[in-house]
Amino acid sequence: MGNERKLRILVAKPGLDGHDRGARIIARALRDAGFEVIYTGCHQTPEQIVQTALQEDVDMIGLSILSGAHNYSFPRIMELLKENNAEDIVVVGGGIFPLEDIPKLKSIGIKEIFTPGAKLEDIIKWVRENVKPRKVAA
Amino acid sequence: MEIVDQVLRGDVRAVARLLRDIDDQIPSTRSILKELYPHTGKAYVIGFTGPPGAGKSTLVDQITAYYRKIGKTVAIIAIDPTSPFSGGAILGDRIRMQRHFLDKDVFIRSVATRGHFGGLTKSTHDMITVFDAMGKDIIVVETVGVGQGEVEIADCAHTTIVVSVPGLGDDIQAIKAGIMEIGNIFVVNKADREGAKKTVQELRNLLEMGRRFRMDIGEADDWEPPIVETQAHKGIGIEELCEAIDRHRAYLTTQKPEQFRKVMLKRTLHQFSETLRDELFKEMVRRIERRGESLEAIAEKIFQKELDPYSISRQLIREEFVQPDDQ
Repeated sequence: MGNERKLRILVAKPGLDGHDRGARIIARALRDAGFEVIYTGCHQTPEQIVQTALQEDVDMIGLSILSGAHNYSFPRIMELLKENNAEDIVVVGGGIFPLEDIPKLKSIGIKEIFTPGAKLEDIIKWVRENVKPRKVAA
Repeated sequence: MEIVDQVLRGDVRAVARLLRDIDDQIPSTRSILKELYPHTGKAYVIGFTGPPGAGKSTLVDQITAYYRKIGKTVAIIAIDPTSPFSGGAILGDRIRMQRHFLDKDVFIRSVATRGHFGGLTKSTHDMITVFDAMGKDIIVVETVGVGQGEVEIADCAHTTIVVSVPGLGDDIQAIKAGIMEIGNIFVVNKADREGAKKTVQELRNLLEMGRRFRMDIGEADDWEPPIVETQAHKGIGIEELCEAIDRHRAYLTTQKPEQFRKVMLKRTLHQFSETLRDELFKEMVRRIERRGESLEAIAEKIFQKELDPYSISRQLIREEFVQPDDQ
């Protein structure tokens, strides 16, 4: 009865590329897994993504990126989360990343990176195991 | 309570978290809402309803820009459906509101229906309370776009806007109950499409007919709902729409204060009834559990035809709520 905490997830695409098919597929899969997915589409700045995450009180941000701009946008997003005392929000990336960048991204706090070929069920399983709805604030 | 002060100060994170707790029906939010309630009553609530794809989000985006230009602060509650199968939802209305993401004076919140019918969510009233107490001037509620039964917004908003688009179907769509009666303003969006003039004309005829009927039974007020043609994605007709909202607001607040009182009273009654119903139900469930039973166990017996839902409900109410003397 009531009192059920639903996982809320923001799926966003930082940067300039306009291809969001992958992001939409992920959003759909997360919905089918029973989560509430806030989808904001393409061309998001780190500032917009973090503001949205705060207003929507999400537990996780999924960033989809193909353009190669992750070395700029991911650190900026982590910085902004810190500035807003919102480091408890889990951040993951999905898309195309050079292998050598992945450890660097993890070192700044990105929890996981999913590359092409990652199975939807594995991603959902990862979310279930690693992201919990936050505790009641009041 | 610290959180009450944070909300009154407009702290985004605190508000966001409180909204989530309200949506999740966390019991402790009741006492916070109780303290926020006296600080409400200043915001103006505008509701948008209409079928999916009519352009509600784009209209909300446009009127938000209008209110920001004249210095008003805005909160938006954007409602999307929950999947009845998975319980999940995709909340995508923000896509059309991106230009406001960095504006500190616009707070956009996406909410899923979670099985609630009527176009709103269970939490909508309480979320309005929070935004009002937070000091937002304008609160816009974009209902879930289902089309025919989402009339609950009329009990929530001061001005209700019904959005339609050309080419949805024949006249019979528009005379179905509910949706025509709740609009204070009608918008025909995508007015550059074929058939727009016909849609406007049909709306006008229906409104006129409804008005004459209400006049006959003595229920008509002297507000005549205008029909505004817009092309929201191009910003065409937005100023006319905002003027229409301002006119309706002026009608309610200055010309017809008794009408405004009626609207507010209806809204309060709705909120009170919902809360009472909810509290009663929860109290009943608590008592059933205290008896060592559960709703599921009773349902099982009903399913087996050992009980029927009517008698057991009456019996529980009698045993739990009626004093021996009253019987």
